[in-house]
Amino acid sequence: MGRTLYDKLWDSHVVHAEADGTALLYIDRHLVHEVTSPQAFEGLKLAGRKPWRIGSVVATADHNTPTTGWERGLAGIEDPISRLQVDTLTANIKEYGAKAYFPFLDKRQGIVHVIGPEQGATLPGMTVVCGDSHTSTHGAFGCLAHGIGTSEVEHVLATQCLVTKKMKNMRVSVAGQLGRGVTAKDVALAIIGRIGTAGGTGCAVEFTGSAIRALSMEGRMTLCNMAIEAGARAGMVAVDDTTIQYLQGRPFSPVASEWDQAVATWKMLLSDADAKFDHEIKLEGQDIAPQVTWGTSPEMVVSVEAGVPDPEKEKDPVKREGMERALAYMGLKPRTPIQEILLDKVFIGSCTNSRIEDLRAAAAVAKGKRVAANIKVAMVVPGSGLVKAQAEKEGLDRIFRESGFEWREPGCSMCLAMNADRLEPGERCASTSNRNFEGRQGAGGRTHLVSPAMAAAAAIAGHFVDVRAWR
Amino acid sequence: MEKFTVLNALVAPLDRANVDTDAIIPKQFLKSIKRSGYGPNLFDAWRYLDIGQPGMNDAKRPLNPDFILNQSRYQGAEILLVRKNFGCGSSREHAPWALQQYGFKCVIGPSYGDIFFNNSFKNGFLPVVLSEAEVDGLFYDCALPGFRLVVDLERQTVATTDGSKSYKFDIDASRRNSLLNGLDEIDLTLRHADEIRAFEARRREQLPWLFR
Repeated sequence: MGRTLYDKLWDSHVVHAEADGTALLYIDRHLVHEVTSPQAFEGLKLAGRKPWRIGSVVATADHNTPTTGWERGLAGIEDPISRLQVDTLTANIKEYGAKAYFPFLDKRQGIVHVIGPEQGATLPGMTVVCGDSHTSTHGAFGCLAHGIGTSEVEHVLATQCLVTKKMKNMRVSVAGQLGRGVTAKDVALAIIGRIGTAGGTGCAVEFTGSAIRALSMEGRMTLCNMAIEAGARAGMVAVDDTTIQYLQGRPFSPVASEWDQAVATWKMLLSDADAKFDHEIKLEGQDIAPQVTWGTSPEMVVSVEAGVPDPEKEKDPVKREGMERALAYMGLKPRTPIQEILLDKVFIGSCTNSRIEDLRAAAAVAKGKRVAANIKVAMVVPGSGLVKAQAEKEGLDRIFRESGFEWREPGCSMCLAMNADRLEPGERCASTSNRNFEGRQGAGGRTHLVSPAMAAAAAIAGHFVDVRAWR
Repeated sequence: MEKFTVLNALVAPLDRANVDTDAIIPKQFLKSIKRSGYGPNLFDAWRYLDIGQPGMNDAKRPLNPDFILNQSRYQGAEILLVRKNFGCGSSREHAPWALQQYGFKCVIGPSYGDIFFNNSFKNGFLPVVLSEAEVDGLFYDCALPGFRLVVDLERQTVATTDGSKSYKFDIDASRRNSLLNGLDEIDLTLRHADEIRAFEARRREQLPWLFR
């Protein structure tokens, strides 16, 4: 019987399997950041253990780092607790080593899920883990990538393996093509709207279909990034020419004869025609409109043409109460047209949408226009120092600044507001990030998830607009 | 790791679906480099009326009287009853740490976020899966003041203290064994060190670029 891409990735990494299906899975790449690693390194030290293969580790500081004041150096991290966490990572890498470390202020520093692929540190056929749920991003390269907890970070450091069980196979196909102004972010939100935030629980999801094949690597990363918001630890896209072209010439990509050998191997990383999936979901690309979330879970999402849903029409009492609670938190009334929702802040960034293509899309919308008077802050936070440099080379920073956007230094920033960038209670934000949970962008803050183009258009208009009609 | 065998404890119900790990332990408390000290900030945004920050004296903060865990009848609860998809969202292991350090030893619900579910086992914190109907019934029973349940990992049952109701739950044999005996997972894995080395050597030979 045929095997899925996930079956192949799984089979090629099993070191040992128990009778109940629990397996030791070999890990090729271990990405490390400052928030979920200190306790793991401490555990290693307390037990007197050494890392198994420190050359698998690529590390950076991204969650706590400020997006302004870099000229002040490390002193720019004003919060002493954040500073200690960043310093602790540096100390741990100094003690144990790493294949690469991109510390705060390095020009290659950035969000771990942006810099891994950018450096060619994420390669097809790998298993990739990181103490961060959005590790699913790397599945865009035909690898098995998922988030792990801190105990697992320690376990991988000590053994190069993960104790895990095989997940189920789910295939999400998007046929046809996407309409103008509709992006990978809208596809991701539409899928989550359809299957729910637990729809992919226990599954590895492969995204297929012509609309997916037509996506750039940036788009595929956005899509796989959001797999976790559908409950799936891992999302993936099979390798094709788009993947291979993206990887050629990256700093850690293979070279010379090894490149040819690698490409030949990578081309086999796709599901067999007769492979069986446990779950199948099908969407039509042309049916997907730009999406806007209205509630406090990514599944609370509608088309930009729609209105805020009415809980009274929901029959399931647990769901209805959830909707009522979300509307109260979000300060919204049922049936309000999405395009009448006024905003206070706009955030363009995060591991979901901070790559060069995202910034180009946002700049194209903003060019020659001004951020609306009711928008207190509209900020653009590039995913990495290299994305920032590329954007500046293309003059995107100038477009943003002239339109009234703030142009910041790279990092996770207001996606989770661990640094100084955050919403104040009651503030409403159009955000290109991945989670609209209560308090995610700051206690009491209200988040609406959208694509970069939609966020930029919302910043200019002061409220949501349908970017397909943007002139 | 702490052992888990039998737990006879007071139950607190948290009646909302999709409780995410940001709600369980908000991000400002993730700046700590320690494994302990998260209990006072469990469900911080729901539990207190002010906005919590690291370093505050939590004992002096105003409690939200409407939040279920602040009600006197649930003080000392060690079992948390939850709805579907509990622990969805971020991979932060601080979530099970916070639940555990607050005093919970076990959570009972119909489904969990995958990473949270995994993280729980690594800390001797047991996430029990029962059917939606069974969980519904327990939420109903929980209206009774002082409602307790007995979770028996050896027998894989959740039962009322008088034995009138008993539900069977599934758990992987290896996870169950680790919890019952409080085994260190890294030690267990390192028993296979030779296999890992052999696997790695083969891989290095076949796919050398992965080891550059």
